[in-house]
Amino acid sequence: MRVPVDWLRDYVAVPAGARGVDIAASLVRVGLEEEGLHGADITGPLVVGRVLTKEPEPQKNGRTINWCTVDVGSANGTGEPQGIVCGAHNFAPGDLVAVILPGGVLPGGFEISARKTYGHLSAGMICSVRELGIGEDHDGILVLSGRPDAASLVPGQDAIALLGLDRETVEVNVTPDRGYCFSIRGIAREYSHATGAAYVDPALALAAAAPAANDSGYAVDLADADPIRGRAGCDRYVARIVRGIDVAAPTPLWLATRLTEAGMRPISLPVDVTNYVMLALGQPLHAFDVSQLSGPIVVRRARAGETLKTLDGQTRTLVAEDLLITDSGDRPVAIAGVMGGEDTEVTDSTTDVLIEAAHFDPVSIARSARRHKLPSEASKRFERGVDPQVAAAAAQLAVDLLVEYGGGVADAGVTDVGEIAAPTVIDLDPALPGRLVGVDYSATTVGEVLREIGCDVEESGDSWTVTAPSWRPDLTTGPDLVEEVARISGYEQIPSILPTPPGGRGLTHGQRVRRIIADVLAAQGLSEVWSAPFVSDERHAALGCPVEAARARTVTIANPLSDEAPLMRISILSTLVDALRRNVARGAKDVALFELGLVVALEGAQRAAPTEDVGVHPPEEVLAAIRAAVPPQPRHLGFVLSGDRDRAGWWGPGRAADLTDALALARAVTTALAVAVEVAADDPMPFHPGRCARLSLPGGTLVGHVGELHPKVTAALGIPARTVAGELDVDVLIAASDQPVRSMPISVAPVAHQDVALVVDADVPARSVELALREGAGELLESIDLFDVYVGEQVGPGKKSLAYRLVVRAADRTLRTEEVSAVRDAAVAAAATAVGASQR
Amino acid sequence: MSGPNTNYDPVEVAALDPTQVEAAVADALAAAAAADSLDVLKAARTAHQGDRSPLALANREIGALPPSAKAEAGKRVGQARVRVAQAYAVREVELKAERDASLLVDEAVDVTLPTDRRPMGHRHPTELMSQRIADLFVGMGWEIAEGPEVEAEWFNFDALNFDADHPARQMQDTFYVDPPEGGLVLRTHTSPVQARALLERGVPVYIACIGRVFRTDELDATHMPAFHQVEGLAVDVGLTMANLKGTLDRMATELFGDGITTRLRPSYFPFTEPSAEMDLRCFVCRGADPQCRTCKGTGWIEWGGCGMVNRNVLTACGVDPDVYTGFAFGMGIDRALMFRTGVSDMREMIEGDVRFDAPFGMEI
Repeated sequence: MRVPVDWLRDYVAVPAGARGVDIAASLVRVGLEEEGLHGADITGPLVVGRVLTKEPEPQKNGRTINWCTVDVGSANGTGEPQGIVCGAHNFAPGDLVAVILPGGVLPGGFEISARKTYGHLSAGMICSVRELGIGEDHDGILVLSGRPDAASLVPGQDAIALLGLDRETVEVNVTPDRGYCFSIRGIAREYSHATGAAYVDPALALAAAAPAANDSGYAVDLADADPIRGRAGCDRYVARIVRGIDVAAPTPLWLATRLTEAGMRPISLPVDVTNYVMLALGQPLHAFDVSQLSGPIVVRRARAGETLKTLDGQTRTLVAEDLLITDSGDRPVAIAGVMGGEDTEVTDSTTDVLIEAAHFDPVSIARSARRHKLPSEASKRFERGVDPQVAAAAAQLAVDLLVEYGGGVADAGVTDVGEIAAPTVIDLDPALPGRLVGVDYSATTVGEVLREIGCDVEESGDSWTVTAPSWRPDLTTGPDLVEEVARISGYEQIPSILPTPPGGRGLTHGQRVRRIIADVLAAQGLSEVWSAPFVSDERHAALGCPVEAARARTVTIANPLSDEAPLMRISILSTLVDALRRNVARGAKDVALFELGLVVALEGAQRAAPTEDVGVHPPEEVLAAIRAAVPPQPRHLGFVLSGDRDRAGWWGPGRAADLTDALALARAVTTALAVAVEVAADDPMPFHPGRCARLSLPGGTLVGHVGELHPKVTAALGIPARTVAGELDVDVLIAASDQPVRSMPISVAPVAHQDVALVVDADVPARSVELALREGAGELLESIDLFDVYVGEQVGPGKKSLAYRLVVRAADRTLRTEEVSAVRDAAVAAAATAVGASQR
Repeated sequence: MSGPNTNYDPVEVAALDPTQVEAAVADALAAAAAADSLDVLKAARTAHQGDRSPLALANREIGALPPSAKAEAGKRVGQARVRVAQAYAVREVELKAERDASLLVDEAVDVTLPTDRRPMGHRHPTELMSQRIADLFVGMGWEIAEGPEVEAEWFNFDALNFDADHPARQMQDTFYVDPPEGGLVLRTHTSPVQARALLERGVPVYIACIGRVFRTDELDATHMPAFHQVEGLAVDVGLTMANLKGTLDRMATELFGDGITTRLRPSYFPFTEPSAEMDLRCFVCRGADPQCRTCKGTGWIEWGGCGMVNRNVLTACGVDPDVYTGFAFGMGIDRALMFRTGVSDMREMIEGDVRFDAPFGMEI
């Protein structure tokens, strides 16, 4: 909301010396945040000048500049003509112009000084409207000779006030509960609350001046047969008619200036008047051309299939819930409170105008504005609540202005129909403000504040009855009144007292696990990233995931930022690869990244989540349905390694990342969590079918996969070939690590080593051989290391040799040589049986 | 060893002459002192202490002396040999120490060579900031609660007193899950966790929720479609806005330093009443520099919204608003990170360039 300061001064006694910045600071105290300050950013001398001479001088660059002398009176201290170079041509000697002299500052902090240019000393600047910050036109300079008061202008006279450049506008942000602050009337009231400055409600005199409703007014029928939430779409409709308006009558300059400063464009007197009244009092008005109305006004809900061509030239198909203004009940002439129709709009031939000042249901207006994507100045106010008592005053102000400036005559007939809802009455314990805010407000203070903001207060012990003023529909509960007491008294009174909770249990196991995982991976050389979780069918296809299957596992965004990424991710890798590609594109060769985040893992059909009115505790079965509709979102870990895992350097060559590195990372994580995992070959996309490992808990629960990415995937994604990656389900790891680990006794008996080399078929997994050896060796085996893998002539084609070191130790004694040998023999025999191993 | 010298030879006996012995000792000591390596010392030792050294030869002659002379000559030669042996032992220790020292000097390497065969990785600073905030609340006896990112509208809006037709609901720039009437959204704030916590934990409750939230903002230097918030909720008997202020002040001081407090300004949020905007004392100029670029000279920086939990929220979540009161607040973690570390372009947080993480350690 833009608040022209001189307009504000009409309604509240702003101190003479108060500047925009001071007013903004006062308004912040009561909850109107400063959005900006406009105007008054020129520092003089800016004066009226008369062009004496103007000599065009063509330049080598093809431009022609004008070397001018300008009479600026004695404003330059000498009285001599001022020499100024000017690039514009839309003026002639004798013209009055606006001249800024050296030392002056234009908007944007542009300081003016005398400077040499085009071979002259140019001492100042002849200004355009854009340079002065009062318009966009930059084609020519501002010529003052055409002004009505040109004859009275004297060279050297100050032009800042003359051009209104000393005028200031304060822009504030109005929170959605304070509809009444979308008016100068409301802002002035708040300024008074903030500063104590005297305030006179401009609506009071207007209401007093407005004639009472009578039977000779324009017929209006409120016929809402289908109220939303039981609230009539229109509960008050004031109609006034002014006839014989001079179609050529201009909008007075002061009014046009205020509209412009408030951010609206002057159009024509009737339109400008309706906008002015809306800004002044917060009551949106609509002006109909009486000659285009074919009958009484009927306010009703739309019928299926009805259409209306609105003021913006668009034909809109109406929906049964839309509240309409119709004439005779048949033809829609406006979507109530949102936008008028083209057929009945005021045009440059309109002489008789019907002013509508109505009060509409906020919900109905909000829905229509949203449905037709028509957020208008009117709908913005109705949605937030308009003072239902101000309609007659607003209509009166419009009538007054049309009569005064348009030469019209007001009809004696006055329509004012409908019955507004009784004001909300709130029961208040005067101790509640103190109890909620923590400031010891006296009952006297509470009463004073509430009366100051316009409430009617009936005090009766600890049970007060408070009636909110008509312009504050947001005040409906005790805490609403508490806020008023707190903010008018000042939030700075609130002390700072740390509460004393009963004591918490610290981070959860899952929260600690996530920190451990991230710290372990960072220590292993990976950098943590996070990404927006939006993906596409194309991305799933690139990852080798069937598009429909992926869609079945996730949800789609109805209004995505990009139509190219409307799906929520089902894997971390699907978005992590973007970060990898970006790093590579920016010149990184060896990249190691990880991300911990949520993915969607929908099982079965997506369900609809019930909704509920606010302030209602849903029954358990509804809550259960709400919870059940939220798709499962497990937390996953994704990581990628590209380029060298161990870097090349002065120490020697690097080593490219491969599957073993991905496995080692997975093992680093599981080891840190003391979770045992089984590794087995697997071949799901997006992995290389021969270089992918499945990790699972001993019971078979899937933990995730790691491996080299499939060549097709790296090619499709444009990431380096041989990139390795992994994705693990962190929730599974959290659950698996939630039990205390049992300690193992440590033997101090001497250790014995036995090495065995076994030849097996090339396709036998090392893990199977090891399991067989362990099985055969029995409990004297302490540990087992695979220290060599050999493939080649010595073992023949289709075979490989695996060399193991068995570490053998008893719990309580020194083993005899025969016992150690027996362990080895049993292990080898078991391997022979299980996987056909022969000792080499 | 020769046998008794029956044929006394005065020439050979000259080896036992005190002058000769003294000269042999002097020669031996000079050779030891002159030895500049263990090898030279070893040769000198052979020459001066070995079987054929003058003192060894002299010793051998003692047996040929008449018994009356044996004692004196024996004493003289014996003392000479001890002196020489001691000198050689001392010199050997010296030379060994020298050799050992020079061996270590030879083994010296260039300690300034690069070492990053496998450089350390990094945590994302947003996550570190989140951890820091979580630890702060845990330290105050609060717990850290969590919730889903794809969330039911009831939790995100209805339970929080966002009426379906109220402008506040439209101002959230919400991502809706298709179909839009299906009641699912991407949570626009961490506040739905408030409702979840009240329903699941009951009261009294003191929880902070840290997580990712979503708004339909195009990515630019100051906006991200996904960003991070910390949400606080305390519901107990007798909580006031003063407790809210106390909690915010503690948080501000812990994150931004001593003396950095907060200021409340009246505002509006559907889920709180009374509501406030929370400003942070400018941690750059502390309100002392009218030209400060961080706070634009105001002395304060906007950080988040807060207030006393709206009765409708408590009621929707099954808590009796006539018995319990509470406060809630929410603020941007990414924004706090920008304050704390000087990140000027939010895109850097979400792009995943490893160079963004690199300057940060494991603590922020």
